Amino acid sequence: MTFPWLTFLGLVPLVGAGVLCLPVKQIARGIGMVFALLTAAVGIGVWVLYAGGATLTEKAAWIPAFGAWWAVGLDGMALVMVLLTVALVPVVLLAEWKLGGRGRWTPQAFFALVLALESLSLFVFMAQDVLLFYLFFEATLIPMYFLIGGFGGARRSFAAMKFLLFSLAGGLVMLASVIGLYVWSVRLTGTATYLLSDWTQLGVQLAQDNPDLTKWLMAGFLIAFIVKAPMVPVHTWLPTATEEATPGTSVLLVGILDKIGTFGMIKFCLWLFPQASAWVAPAMVVLALISIIYGAVAAIGSTNLLRLVAYTSISHFGFMVLGIYTFTSTGIAGSVFYMVNHGFSTAALFLVIGFLISRRGSALVTDFGGVQKVAPVLTGVFLMAGLSGLALPGMSSFVSEFMVLAGAWARQPGVAAVAVLGTVLAAVYILRMYQRTMTGPVTPDVERTFTADASTREKWVAGPVLAVILLLGFVPNIALNVINPFAQTAMEHMSVVQVADPKPGEEAK
Amino acid sequence: MNPITAPTFEWLQLAPVLVVLLAACLGIVIEALVPRALRFVSQVALFALAAVVAFGFLVVSWNEPKNSIGLMAMGSISLDGPTYLMWGALIIFGFLSLLIFAERRLGNGNSSFAASAASVPGSPAETEAGVARHEHTEVFPLALFSLSGMMVFVAANDLLTAFVALEVMSLPLYLLSGMARRRRLLSQEAALKYFLLGALSSAFFLFGIALVYGYTGSFDLGRINDAITNPVYGAGLLYTGMAFLAIGLLFKIGAVPFHNWVPDVYVGAPTPVTGFMAICTKLAAVGATVRIFYVALGAERWSWQPLLATVAVVTMALGVVVALTQTDMKRLLAYSSISHAGFILVAVVGATSGSLGQLTSFGSILFYLVAYGFATIAAFAIVTMVRDSTGEVHAISGWAGLGRKNPLLAGIFAVLMLSFAGIPLTGGFIGKWAVFSAAWRGGYSWLVLAAVAASLVAAYVYLRVIVTMFFAPPAEGVTVGRASGLTWVPVGLGALATAWLGLFPGPLLDLVDAASIFIR
Repeated sequence: MTFPWLTFLGLVPLVGAGVLCLPVKQIARGIGMVFALLTAAVGIGVWVLYAGGATLTEKAAWIPAFGAWWAVGLDGMALVMVLLTVALVPVVLLAEWKLGGRGRWTPQAFFALVLALESLSLFVFMAQDVLLFYLFFEATLIPMYFLIGGFGGARRSFAAMKFLLFSLAGGLVMLASVIGLYVWSVRLTGTATYLLSDWTQLGVQLAQDNPDLTKWLMAGFLIAFIVKAPMVPVHTWLPTATEEATPGTSVLLVGILDKIGTFGMIKFCLWLFPQASAWVAPAMVVLALISIIYGAVAAIGSTNLLRLVAYTSISHFGFMVLGIYTFTSTGIAGSVFYMVNHGFSTAALFLVIGFLISRRGSALVTDFGGVQKVAPVLTGVFLMAGLSGLALPGMSSFVSEFMVLAGAWARQPGVAAVAVLGTVLAAVYILRMYQRTMTGPVTPDVERTFTADASTREKWVAGPVLAVILLLGFVPNIALNVINPFAQTAMEHMSVVQVADPKPGEEAK
Repeated sequence: MNPITAPTFEWLQLAPVLVVLLAACLGIVIEALVPRALRFVSQVALFALAAVVAFGFLVVSWNEPKNSIGLMAMGSISLDGPTYLMWGALIIFGFLSLLIFAERRLGNGNSSFAASAASVPGSPAETEAGVARHEHTEVFPLALFSLSGMMVFVAANDLLTAFVALEVMSLPLYLLSGMARRRRLLSQEAALKYFLLGALSSAFFLFGIALVYGYTGSFDLGRINDAITNPVYGAGLLYTGMAFLAIGLLFKIGAVPFHNWVPDVYVGAPTPVTGFMAICTKLAAVGATVRIFYVALGAERWSWQPLLATVAVVTMALGVVVALTQTDMKRLLAYSSISHAGFILVAVVGATSGSLGQLTSFGSILFYLVAYGFATIAAFAIVTMVRDSTGEVHAISGWAGLGRKNPLLAGIFAVLMLSFAGIPLTGGFIGKWAVFSAAWRGGYSWLVLAAVAASLVAAYVYLRVIVTMFFAPPAEGVTVGRASGLTWVPVGLGALATAWLGLFPGPLLDLVDAASIFIR
């Protein structure tokens, strides 16, 4: 038996979290960082192995009475999500290095919770067994709940509860679906199993035998992912959560955890229920468009920087969902790539806003003004992060947004036309935010509170993230080489419903 | 004239019950003969020994299935996989509860029981007894009697045995409920309520037995099943009898609308007794219900399934919704226990036998009960530890900031709450998963949806406790008492088992799966 690299990858941060439960007060942050970097190193090692064609899949009996397996494996999408996770965690830890604690909510507890969350998220992305996926999917809520509730602003307890209840509500609906699908899998195939690979044909067969039930089961999964990804109208927990949580927590929440929503739509809704997904696609496209526009408009209207970024994310999640439900390999590849890029670009934006807030002591747009004169480096980073958010060519998000729009155009040009409005509005909310906070005369409060420009630590946080954004912007093939084959496979799954990539020139049907 | 044949009795196979019963009787002898100063120690040693020996006999019989599966004691006790599992669970949980009974360090040398339960509250006699440091060591034999009743109740293969067992199990509990050291009036009120309502429900149960006997001509579960499958009369008598039997059993389970006693009794009874009732009584009542409904009334399941499904929905809904508004920890746990009764009934309704390597309904019920039992025993043990100068603090507001005062204990309690809520990586999650699958397989997908909705509300209930413990400013004057190992063992074991069952439920699931066939 070969070395279980994937399990090892997921366990490294968990061990780190365990070590941080010991009384190691003085060196806690150092230990946490070491484990985060170690995880990142293992993650890169896994990438190399995957690229080299190694078989990384692991499978061992876990609960024989249910037919549940400890099954982990990677595909193109899972790999990029794993890499995103292992890359963001050290950045977040570094950004929150100076985190103040209240009572028992020490930086040590923060680092331990982040590492625990990292471990659970990695397993979510790698799980190849639906029960295992569900288990970790729900389990990620607990450390995130404590991260928001323990380290946030004044209304953190409320925000944490709101986050948890929304997510649990979605998750429980999905639980009913998973159980239903399991019962049917036993009826149809005669074996008790939760393995994703055993279920792929099941949904297709079930859709022929019992189309209505299939739609309901698919809806159970989809509702969980819609809440998770947040799409309008079940998005309201996200602005509340990011407003109260520390910026580092928000990066993990929006950058990684919310991606499970779009990840799940592809991995479960498309994979297991191609017919039902085709049936629901028009509704999802409309929801995606509403999210794109509503998120953008709400971002323009936001007076709080952290809420503003949350709304931009809702708009961006709209793009990702649009890419998925227009069913083209370009769109799906773009959507997966968008998931990665959005992770980095939101991380940059949240963290630099965190640096601004730590100086000014406020997240209100109106409390800033003329920052560029007192902190030019921070302003530059802020501008770069913002431009990445509005998908400027040269930034990685441009590539993915273009791919999503190209995919949508090939299927339904009208949809693409509406979605493009989102990119225009993105320019409005980003540049307006920049203008109101960074330019203009220096306000007295900013003059007083901005005593220093970006510190070395802050530069080390922002530098790598911006470098990745630019690198993927200019050489997107680093990621797309992995993602494109995955998108092709996804389209093969959709071939059951005669959905294939539109040929050039055939678009407007 | 027929010769009189001596009744057969399988001493070895029935030894686990006999040991517990014998220990209870010996406990009475200890009360009479052993000097006061030594009684407490001897009682503790006795019940510990009894638990170990009973469990040993259980394991011996279990490993020799050839002689130990079948109808015993002239067909009145049915020894099968479910019986053995239930006995094992009852002995373990009974032992853990009795450890909490024996805790004296928390109360500065006093146990949770009144020094003289017979004295009028507030009277000089009460003060005298307190000063003289009298204590009621009878609680141990009483609990053992009750435990032996429970063990017979889950194994009873005829309705009369079941009724006798029900009474043996209940009467000591009525008495134990009234013996709290603090808030004695509340405790006595609880005991009286429990007794009156319990007696009423027993009467219903007995009447049900009579009617079913009238219809089938037998008390024997197997013969009742035969009579139902070959009906001679109209079924009116049977349905009425079935309903009355159900009332008696649902009362003990604590299902709505027969739940009214649960909150008052759970609050009034001494906390160790509450823990004992919350697990062992529930386990026994569910075990007997499943046996009677599956074995004797299985052929009529189309008539009782919709009824029990309705009861399950109402129980879950009422349990979780009323739990939302509770401000008292023990009351909250009481309503939580009601809602768990509802979740268990969800699986009872499913009534599926194992096929294609899937878990049976009974298997999932038992797993749920074990996961719930470990969490419950630890939770009530922790309730005894959170104290101020007057004793246990039951107001949830008093638990505020416990995470800062004692992160370990608050952390454990949080894990238990998460298990109650059915959050993954805890035993409660796997238990929920198992009972929901059982119900869906039995064709009750709508019941699963209702249970899912109830789970969401339940999650809020338990999370509110976590919020209070971790995110609220600490309450004044409340501390975590210095408990001895007697309390820490159930707490630690409960927490470990909860986590273990969440991560590696395989072995226990295999066990309940292998041993979930009822015999007739």
